[in-house]
Amino acid sequence: MRITVTVNGQQRQADHVWAGESLLYLLRERLGLPGAKNACEQGECGSCTVYLDGEPVCACLVAAGQVQGRSVTTVEGLAAQRVQQAFLEAGAVQCGFCTPGLIIAVHDLLARTPRPGDAEVREALAGNLCRCTGYEKILDAVRLAASR
Amino acid sequence: MKQLLQTRVTGGVGDSAARPDGALKVRGEFAFASDLWADRMLWGATLRSPHPHARILGIDITEALRVPGVHAVLTHEDVPGSKRYGLEIADQPVLAIDEVRYAGEPVAIVAADHPETARRAAARIAVSYQVLPPVTEAEDGQVLRHVPIRRGDPDATAELVVTGEYEVGMQDQAFLGPEAGLAVPAADGGVDLYLATQWLHADQRQVAACLGLPPALVRLTLAGVGGAFGAREDISMQVHACMLALRTGRPVKMVYGREESFLGHVHRHPAKLRYEHGATRDGRLVYVKARIMLDGGAYASSSAAVVANAATLGIGPYDVPNVVMDAYVAYTNNPPCGAMRGFGAVQACFAYESQMDKLAAAAGLDPVEVRIRNALREGARMPTGQVVDGPAPVAELLRRVQAAPPAPPRSDDPRLLPGGVGNTTHGEGVVRGVGYAIGIKNVCFSEGFDDYATARVRLELISGEPVAFVHTAAAEVGQGLVTVQAQVARTELGVERVVVATADTSVGSAGSSSASRQTYMTGGAVRAACAAVRQRLFARLARDPAGLWLAGGKVVSVDGVVADLAEVLGDDPIEETVEWRHRPTSPLDPHTGQGDAHVQYAFAAHRATVDVDVELGLVRVVEIATAQDVGKAVNPQAVVGQIHGGTAQGLGLAVMEEIQVVDGMVRNPSFTDYLIPTILDVPPMHVEVLELADPHAPYGLRGVGEPPAISSTPAVVAAIRAATGRPLTRVPVRPEHLIG
Ligand code: FES
Ligand code: FES
Repeated sequence: MRITVTVNGQQRQADHVWAGESLLYLLRERLGLPGAKNACEQGECGSCTVYLDGEPVCACLVAAGQVQGRSVTTVEGLAAQRVQQAFLEAGAVQCGFCTPGLIIAVHDLLARTPRPGDAEVREALAGNLCRCTGYEKILDAVRLAASR
Repeated sequence: MKQLLQTRVTGGVGDSAARPDGALKVRGEFAFASDLWADRMLWGATLRSPHPHARILGIDITEALRVPGVHAVLTHEDVPGSKRYGLEIADQPVLAIDEVRYAGEPVAIVAADHPETARRAAARIAVSYQVLPPVTEAEDGQVLRHVPIRRGDPDATAELVVTGEYEVGMQDQAFLGPEAGLAVPAADGGVDLYLATQWLHADQRQVAACLGLPPALVRLTLAGVGGAFGAREDISMQVHACMLALRTGRPVKMVYGREESFLGHVHRHPAKLRYEHGATRDGRLVYVKARIMLDGGAYASSSAAVVANAATLGIGPYDVPNVVMDAYVAYTNNPPCGAMRGFGAVQACFAYESQMDKLAAAAGLDPVEVRIRNALREGARMPTGQVVDGPAPVAELLRRVQAAPPAPPRSDDPRLLPGGVGNTTHGEGVVRGVGYAIGIKNVCFSEGFDDYATARVRLELISGEPVAFVHTAAAEVGQGLVTVQAQVARTELGVERVVVATADTSVGSAGSSSASRQTYMTGGAVRAACAAVRQRLFARLARDPAGLWLAGGKVVSVDGVVADLAEVLGDDPIEETVEWRHRPTSPLDPHTGQGDAHVQYAFAAHRATVDVDVELGLVRVVEIATAQDVGKAVNPQAVVGQIHGGTAQGLGLAVMEEIQVVDGMVRNPSFTDYLIPTILDVPPMHVEVLELADPHAPYGLRGVGEPPAISSTPAVVAAIRAATGRPLTRVPVRPEHLIG
């Protein structure tokens, strides 16, 4: 099938998309946007988080066909760099495989709750696994981003 | 320390320099191995054995080849060179030959134009198996290695005796970036492989042998690595992708899904451990007798080295005059086990620290006090007879975690109680406990292994500014090694601008990014290469080079600036390549286990505070304090990050992480069923970093990565015991261990 979708503000089109493909595959393998990651492809890790019509979703759980005519924003397309900068300064990036999904999740959290408490941050990021950092510096990064 | 380094360059050794790959990573533009793409690229898929043990009677690929879009289907018959590989013993078939020895063992591979096509074609390969009974208990398996250690009097007796049997489940590294790589056939008949790994040259050696090619025709380049923790030390998709690329003449990408990843790499050895500690009435250790049995699974991997660690580090950081230790690793038909952060030291630490708590109770002592009374000190001997000839601040680390600010009192917020956002309790049935543990780890490779790292450093003027180029084959796996290499070059050459080249096999081996060794080894190699560059640079000056140094883009001496670096360099760059070794180690005596087997010892201590809901069997770790001696914090921010991450992995082993293997079958190969700690599970962590220089190591540093992953497990379990009074002899602790 053919899919037409707005990605990061640009109209994009993909042909010969197989019905079983996910939005994650569409982005990574057909549209050249590998920023969203593929740590589990089972909806368990959050590494593939993108915005779909402004709502954060696990791209691995969305069928490519479902995004026809809709709008997707990936980590590559985020204009503001406040969260990204805070992750760098706080040392919240090690291997970085969790980072794109976390950036979207934190971006979304701060848009909804500009000054979240630690318990709110933990609740909001509970779906994003990180194996390297033990999350301490991710919390630091969120606090830092929220303070700016 | 800083003034001794005589540098005013920012971002040098001791600074929390920024990661050079950080900006790309936060923008989603860093190319991980699974992100790679090439024109005309095909996708590889692997057919794996559904049986833990079976004879292969036949493999029929006809139906798979008929699937439209399939370009190749290969079996063991197509392996061009050596049919088996292995890190230490080449016992693992590239593709199963006439027998499969674990469930998940690769049997055949497919290349197709879509990953789903490749998977479907693989499912159409007809393999006829004669199922055989699996060996599922290490006690029933063939012993791969036995490491005995005998020190002092084997018949020593003592007033206080405590015994215990302990068990450690199979933990997974569970890195987030799956196994992945892209193999590109080259015009010269060779292949270029871009991949995520921990040791490019070990892969190159094994892949070239299996392809029947000279190593020079098998060129490996490191792609972005999404964590490693030991799981990338063995071959996974490397040979398969290259075989498919060479056969089809097209680039082939292989990316494991999460389920396949759980089957496709080695795990932490499950262990059964029996300990007897004898002590005087006032809690001083007289003897330790221990027997450790590790389940090695179906193939050797690095089991022989893991069991040596379990044996040599197996009584912990304590001074014990009489030791009888027997550590074994045996083959079974369970999944192969090998390297994981802590490497044999983790399993033993759970047992010996549990024993120390028992001893404390028997002697009527505080758990910290009994440890301090027996603490290893600089100058003491390990059970191997090796003298600990660097700082060993065991007692100090324990005192530090004991004195750390206490955890906050129990909260009324249900989100901060066991069960958390699940809102399972308002505090009824919740009890609190505090536990302590300390661990010991060796750094670098041991037992006489020729352990070296290679670094190439070039100093050159770019647009009039001196720039250092650093090239090694050392694998950045997330730990921050690229940052460290640049920091060393800045400090040693006194230049701001350093470019660290992508790691590949066009430069000599750096050894593995494992054993907490890379800052020591590749850091040491970069430092040595910089020194060689400096020597040649100073030789260009018409004066005695003694007392000269590089700082801030100048050649300086105690009297001030001697020359401008840019002028001395001119348009004549200086490049040096150095192979650097740590001090030699020796093998263990095969009967007594005596020998100076280790390069360096590292220590970390933990205090854990937990709340336990004894009605539901739920645990919440409330706070963890860690103290670790790192010799020299080359990058303090990264050091603390390693301590956080390692501590969290140890917490995972304490309360949730286990690969469930039933009759040789992995029952939970997904993040739905294999739980790793989330941000709700990991508590705030208080970290204290000691910097007691090791006189033998570059900058006095001590490997950092593994020690924090060792003692957090027993500390958490000790805290749960303190809260519940339960014996808890097995990790991970499950709810059913806490109720009823
Ligand atoms: S890759 Fe989508 S949630 Fe893990
Ligand atoms: S930084 Fe590696 S998984 Fe989070």
